[in-house]
Amino acid sequence: MRLKPPSLSEIGDKVRETEVWKSIFRPGSIFRKGYKDTSRDRALATMNNVLYHLHPVKVKRHGLKLTYTFCLGGLSFFLFILLTVTGIFLMFFYRQSAALGSSQAYSDMQNIRTTVFFGDLVRNLHRWGAHLMVLSVTLHMARVFYTGAYKPPREFNWVVGVILLFLTLGLSFTGYLLPWDQLAIWAVTVGTSLAGYSPFIAKQANFLLLGGAVVGPETLLRWYVLHVLFLPFILVIFLAVHFWRIRKDGGVSGPL
Amino acid sequence: MARDDTPLDQETFDRTLEAELAKGTDRRVAEGRARSAAVRAYRVAHPEEGHAAPGAAAPAAAMVSSVAPAAAAPAAAPAAAMASSVAPAAVAAAAPLAAIATAPVREAPAPTGNVPEAKKGAPEKHRLLALVPPEGIQRVEREQGDRVNVWPHLLLEEFIAMFIVLVGLVIFSAFINAPLRELANPNLTPNPSKAPWYFLGLQELLRYFHPMIAGITIPTFILVGLAAVPYVDRNPSVRPGDRKIAITLFTILFMFGATLTIAGSFFRGPGYNWVWPWAQGVFFEL
Ligand code: HEM
Repeated sequence: MRLKPPSLSEIGDKVRETEVWKSIFRPGSIFRKGYKDTSRDRALATMNNVLYHLHPVKVKRHGLKLTYTFCLGGLSFFLFILLTVTGIFLMFFYRQSAALGSSQAYSDMQNIRTTVFFGDLVRNLHRWGAHLMVLSVTLHMARVFYTGAYKPPREFNWVVGVILLFLTLGLSFTGYLLPWDQLAIWAVTVGTSLAGYSPFIAKQANFLLLGGAVVGPETLLRWYVLHVLFLPFILVIFLAVHFWRIRKDGGVSGPL
Repeated sequence: MARDDTPLDQETFDRTLEAELAKGTDRRVAEGRARSAAVRAYRVAHPEEGHAAPGAAAPAAAMVSSVAPAAAAPAAAPAAAMASSVAPAAVAAAAPLAAIATAPVREAPAPTGNVPEAKKGAPEKHRLLALVPPEGIQRVEREQGDRVNVWPHLLLEEFIAMFIVLVGLVIFSAFINAPLRELANPNLTPNPSKAPWYFLGLQELLRYFHPMIAGITIPTFILVGLAAVPYVDRNPSVRPGDRKIAITLFTILFMFGATLTIAGSFFRGPGYNWVWPWAQGVFFEL
């Protein structure tokens, strides 16, 4: 008797029959054996997947129309994920310390650009992605306005959105300082100089932002912590509320 | 016991279905009512099969499994309980399906304060009972509408959008480097010094107003004003034709911001003085 080597699809079937595979993919998963393209299995595919179940099983047909949402909210979220991934990569090669005339932060940036494998590309992705996210969040807000999607019952979700916009700008601005080059400290100096004009609390506001009278090493440490921990943490919490409210408010609004 | 296994009285089913349809009931609802009537009729006709035959006063069919020693359960108990075959019979096992439709009065035995003991010889396993008081059920009246499955329709669309942005960004990043200037030097102010682009609208305002107005009052006003939009605009319509004022106002303000940002980005040069980008060049960095 001659043994025939199993074909690729046979191996695939065997693997998908194993207990381990079945323990990972719940019934109805598109990766499970016997997924049928029926209404029932399509519904299960959404319900039984940790990533997709952000979504309901069904949405209004008009919600699919590209010219209604332009996918802008979804793309803002995608950019946030991309920035998180690339940002974690950069954290492996970056130390937020600076002193007058020399700086670990700055030399780490040079190092990322020249010697780290793919460091240049990842840094570019992080930088351009951040600018793009500010843009896409702003445009998302404009789309929500023009479709009147902030009207009852979605008023509060619009307010959550304004907080998200503020946090997005904050994340972008705090990240801008981290390379510790001339562009960084002067852009931040100009941007924060305005805090010195706040009524009554000018000095305190300035100190709170900079950790000193001018942009210096304390500012760098402060903004680094804000950038990699505090602001993303707060943003994720508000994102959770934002997404939860979208569903509680009955899914994407409209049609017009 | 699965719903499908429950024997039906076919004649009752057909009769009820016809009557309901004649009344103009929706087909799905009519089938449900016919089925429930048929199950009840079957149980009345076959009490020997161990079903808890509902007494004459029972408000609805009791759905108990055949092995549960629940024949003695007060079939008239209006609390909705669903017992599986191994459920300890200490709890009334009558499940009036139509309890929602009937009186929502619930009567439970007065609490004794004693933790109930398991019956001798009761199986180790137990299943939980789902007790749903009728008044706990929200009735949502909503049109079914024209809905499509998220998988594959919406998710495919999202994946494609994501993919396009990702590819575009990777290509852009592969060819265009993010700037990295000389080491920070607090004693050497570059000329011009500009904030990041999303704050350049404000920096531009600084040329025309006192810093407190441009840097504090206006940004606060923008943020608070934005957050207040849904509470100020009480016009319920979303049709663009009905929202001329809102749309015009927003567009003007948005364009105003965009114009200031573009002016600050491309039309300001050394000393933050006005330049024409095509003549003197662009002083703008991302
Ligand atoms: C980090 C930033 C943000 C993310 C990731 C985000 C994400 C999303 C997503 C995925 C949706 C679903 C519909 C769509 O894609 O358009 C949505 C809807 C919505 N967003 Fe955002 N958003 C953000 C910021 C904002 C901002 C700045 C506002 C307004 C000031 C806002 C207000 C709303 C409202 C009111 C809805 C419901 C729209 C509807 O039902 O049509 N969001 N958001």
